[in-house]
This record gives sequence, C-alpha cells and structure tokens, in this order.
Amino acid sequence: MFKKILIANRGEIALRIIQACRELGIATVAVHSTADNDSLHVTYADEDICIGPPSSVDSYLNVSSVIAAAEITGAEAIHPGYGFLAENAHFAEVLTECNLAWIGPRPETIRAMGDKANARRVAVEAGVPVLPGSTEPLSDGDAVRRLADEIGYPVILKAAAGGGGRGMRIVHEASEIESQFLTASREATIAFGDGSIYLEKYLVEPRHVEFQIFGDRDGNVVHLGERECSLQRRHQKLLEESPSVALDQDLRDRMGQAAIDLAKAVRYENAGTVEFLLDSDGSFYFMEMNTRIQVEHPVTEMVMGVDLVKEQFLVATGERVSFASGLKPRGHVIECRINAEDPEKFTPSPGRLTTLHLPGGPGVRVDTHAYQEYMIPPYYDSMVAKLITRGKDRSEAIARALRALDFFIVEGIKTTIPLHKRILRDEAFCRGEFSTRFMEDFLKQSQG
Amino acid sequence: MLNFEQIKDLVELVADRRLGKLTIERSGFRLEIEGSAAARPVAEAAPVAHVPVAHVAEAEASPAAAAPAEEAPAAAAEAAAEDDLPAGAHVMNSPIVGTFYRSPSPDAAPFVEIGDQVDQGEVVCIVEAMKLMNEIEADVGGSILRIFPQNGQPVEFGERLFAIKPR
Repeated sequence: MFKKILIANRGEIALRIIQACRELGIATVAVHSTADNDSLHVTYADEDICIGPPSSVDSYLNVSSVIAAAEITGAEAIHPGYGFLAENAHFAEVLTECNLAWIGPRPETIRAMGDKANARRVAVEAGVPVLPGSTEPLSDGDAVRRLADEIGYPVILKAAAGGGGRGMRIVHEASEIESQFLTASREATIAFGDGSIYLEKYLVEPRHVEFQIFGDRDGNVVHLGERECSLQRRHQKLLEESPSVALDQDLRDRMGQAAIDLAKAVRYENAGTVEFLLDSDGSFYFMEMNTRIQVEHPVTEMVMGVDLVKEQFLVATGERVSFASGLKPRGHVIECRINAEDPEKFTPSPGRLTTLHLPGGPGVRVDTHAYQEYMIPPYYDSMVAKLITRGKDRSEAIARALRALDFFIVEGIKTTIPLHKRILRDEAFCRGEFSTRFMEDFLKQSQG
Repeated sequence: MLNFEQIKDLVELVADRRLGKLTIERSGFRLEIEGSAAARPVAEAAPVAHVPVAHVAEAEASPAAAAPAEEAPAAAAEAAAEDDLPAGAHVMNSPIVGTFYRSPSPDAAPFVEIGDQVDQGEVVCIVEAMKLMNEIEADVGGSILRIFPQNGQPVEFGERLFAIKPR
C-alpha cells in the first residue's frame, strides 16, 4: 500500500479521501489555493501545500503545480477526486512519466470514454444499446424521413454544429418531419453556418439511471447496482437514490450486465459509472461513462455497505476487486445535495456560515467540508454538503431525510434545503412517478 | 451601530494597512479592533493565520470577532518578515510551488547574494516544478536584504523568497 498520497482536489471529496486514507494508514498531502487556506481538507491532511491563487486554472487545474507539490512532499500517488483533473487523460499520463501512481482508470480508458462519439462506438461494438439515430450528419430531407420512419416517432433533430437548444426540434409525426427538418436546418445555418442535422430517437419521459462499476487489473469487473438520478436541474443532479423504483430484478440484471460489458470492452480499472437513459417501456440506452468516483458515490456505499474510496486505493495497488456483482441492496438510500444557492432562483450564495448544525441519528450520513464560521469562497462549485439517509424502505428513507433536513441548520447563506423538503413532500415524487422532466415541471408549478 | 459588512470592512482595513489599533465610539456602541502589529510577538511567525482581533462591546456585533482570513498566511508571513526589516522593505513571494534554487546549476554561483543590487526583471532564483526550471525575476529593483528559503528547499505558492529594499 502507498505510504503517502496527494489529493488533487478540495471540499467534501478531499475530506472523503482523507477519511479513507486515515483508515488505511496512508499519510495525506492536501493541495490548496489561497482561497482555501482555512478549508478543512487543509486542516485534516497530514501535510498541506499552497499551489496557487483562487482561480482554479492557476491552482487545482494546474498540472505542473499539482505534480510539483507531489514531488516536494514525496507523495507516491495522486487521487483526483471528481471534477478538476479527474478526467484529464493527459494529467494521468504525465503522472506515470513522473513515477507517480494514479488512483483511477488508465489514461487510455479516460480518453476512449471522454470522446462521446467514440464511447458510443465502443458501446455498439460491445452490444450495449445506444439511442437509435444517425451516425453521420444529415443534410437531405429524404434521408431524414427514411431514418425517422425506421426509428419511429417521436424523434429529435439536433444541429450537428450546435448546442444550447438552437436548431433543436422534436417531431411527433411523420407528416411534420420534412417541414421541421427545413426549419431546423435553416436555424442551424443561421446560428452555426452549417445546416446539417443529427436525428435521434426522442424519449418523452426518460429516467437517468446509472450503474456503479468497479474493475481491477486482472480484468474482473463487477457492478454495484444502480443510482436513480432523474431529479436534475439543467443537467445538474439534485437528489439521487437507490434502488430505483423503476427497475425490477430482471431489468437490473440486464442493465448491470450491459454496464459490465462496456467496462470490459475498455479493460476498465478502478471505480466508474455507466449512465443510461431508461424509457418508460423499460428500454434502456447508454448515455455516457464517467471515469472517476462520483459525487453521489455515498448512495451506493450506504445501500450496499461498501467503501468505494478505500477500494479505489486497494485496486490501484493491484489487488483484486473485493466485491461480488449483484450485491443485494440493504433498504433504501436517498442523497440530497445541499448547495449554497437561492432555493428558488438558484443564484449562488457564497459567504460565511454564521450558524451550522448538522443532523445525526439513525440512518443519517453527512459528507461536508463546512463548519461554523467557514467562509464559502465564490470561486468554486456551490455544493456545501451531501445529506444521505438510509431506511428499511423508501418511505423510511424519505421520512429520515425530511427530519434530518429539519435539523440541518445553516445560517448566513441561502441553501437548497427548503427545495429538498418540498421535493420530498411532493406526491408524485413519493409515489416514485418521475422522469428527468420532473424538476422543470415542479419548479414551474411552485412558481405559478 | 455598524452592520456586519461595515465591521468586516474595518477589520480588513486594519489588516491591510497593518494598523496597531482602531477604536470607534458612538452612543452605546464601542468597537475596538486590534491589529497584528500591536498584538504579535517578534521574530519568525508560526505559520498560523494571523488575523486582527476585534473587541466588540455589543453582543450583536460579535460575528466580527472571526475576521476574514482569506489571504492570511501570506499576509502573516509578510507581516512577520517586516517586523525586523527596515521600513519600506519589499517582500517578494514565490509565484509558483516547487523547489527553490539559488543558482542556475549546482556548481554555478548564486544569482544573487545579500547586498546585491538587482533590477526589476532580473532573474534572482529558480523554482523547479516538474523538472522545469522556472526562472523567477525580481518584481522590483533594489538591494537584496534577505533570502528566506535555503537552497534546495521546497516553497509553496505565495511563500516569501526575498526581501528587497526598493530603489
């Protein structure tokens, strides 16, 4: 096992990694910007090195500064956490050249999965379902009509050069396809100077369901069940849970196997997540793979009774993955992401926490780097805490989340705690009836 | 009565200007902020965040007691350095993290010695990061009063490297 490692991150995930290292007897080096001098990961690490000014580009994202910090402290390996350099294949490669170990998948894997088109090709070759659609940009109305008829309606047209919703059209019927194609193509030409269009099957009310996988150097890959992450606002996850109410054991087995097949196709090592879109008819489609530990990893840890971060270190030193596939979930787990944001307008709310009281009691876990009098700097992401609750079933997990949120006292800044309380009391949410559209409708309703 | 923001501004003012003490008195309200210059002991400072301490007469104003400390260690280091440095001495901090070298190669003479005159932009040391020898230039012209790190010693971002008496 490593004697000393460096954590190339900040906030709650840096603390989470320190916790794992303490249990494994590994010394830790924290790196930090000048804005994080008073941060808890600096306090709890065995050593700390200031690597730059507040701006991430000059500190947490600065490859040479992070590596210099590892060199001057004699760290043997780097854990990147999530975000920042976690999915930077170049960084992972440079580490190897500097004789530093990387706690994560091989750089080739990061690169192969980081390119969306390539990841889709890998999935197709591995027999993992992907959303049916055009593999090449289309610029001809006839070709669009033929493909749409073949896939079945509704379909979505997306500008090949596009983004930000411009040039996007949802087509529900064959009679609309040609006129909608012309409009989308014209919009795309005006916006991007390129009128070519991608066509894809459109899922009306999909769920975002992802599978935690773990691979080792010997080629073993296991899955640790799913996380239901449909509650998102602008593609930012707000609340996650496991198990998903939408999966029965047969579907879970099939999706888990698809995740394993994909991971094996790229000889995946260490922790990773395979994201799927799940249609209301039970069809599922590969979306993307995240080649790192994720924000919501405690959901899996709590429901499966495992320690994913410790396992990352063990597997990185060449040990076999210690879990078996298809572990049975123990009850139900919900995670609420508590952000320093206005709960209605979602504007960031950095500042000093004048009061902080964290909840406890049965089935409650709080992962946070916050403390009373902590100043949340304006330079980084707004997440201040993750509240994870476990119950014997979904309703107990919800009840525990609600009472824990009631006892979760934060003053001095605005947080998303009131939003989570409203979601957890929503009837449709409690019935488990929701899709990735849930938050949009929920916020419209509560504003109206 | 001042609000929290106003008190915070005052605390920052005391820290920035390195004032010894600031007292404000209004009817029923008295605020006393003691700066680091007044409170601190002499010689090398421990690497603790040294922030001005606010004594506040009213309970509501107590948040000011925990003063903002965003740049504290660097500021503290500077303040410490200036304690036994002549007035007006400029402290030059490391722009990057790495290993400090006084000379371009192990057998070469140091770039500068104490007492040397340097021009702004003149290379005064090397900070090595990832096998890259980053030449560090003087940020002011003047005479070298002190060289803080030892040759070959690791330095953090913002750690003091030289004290220079500007021309």
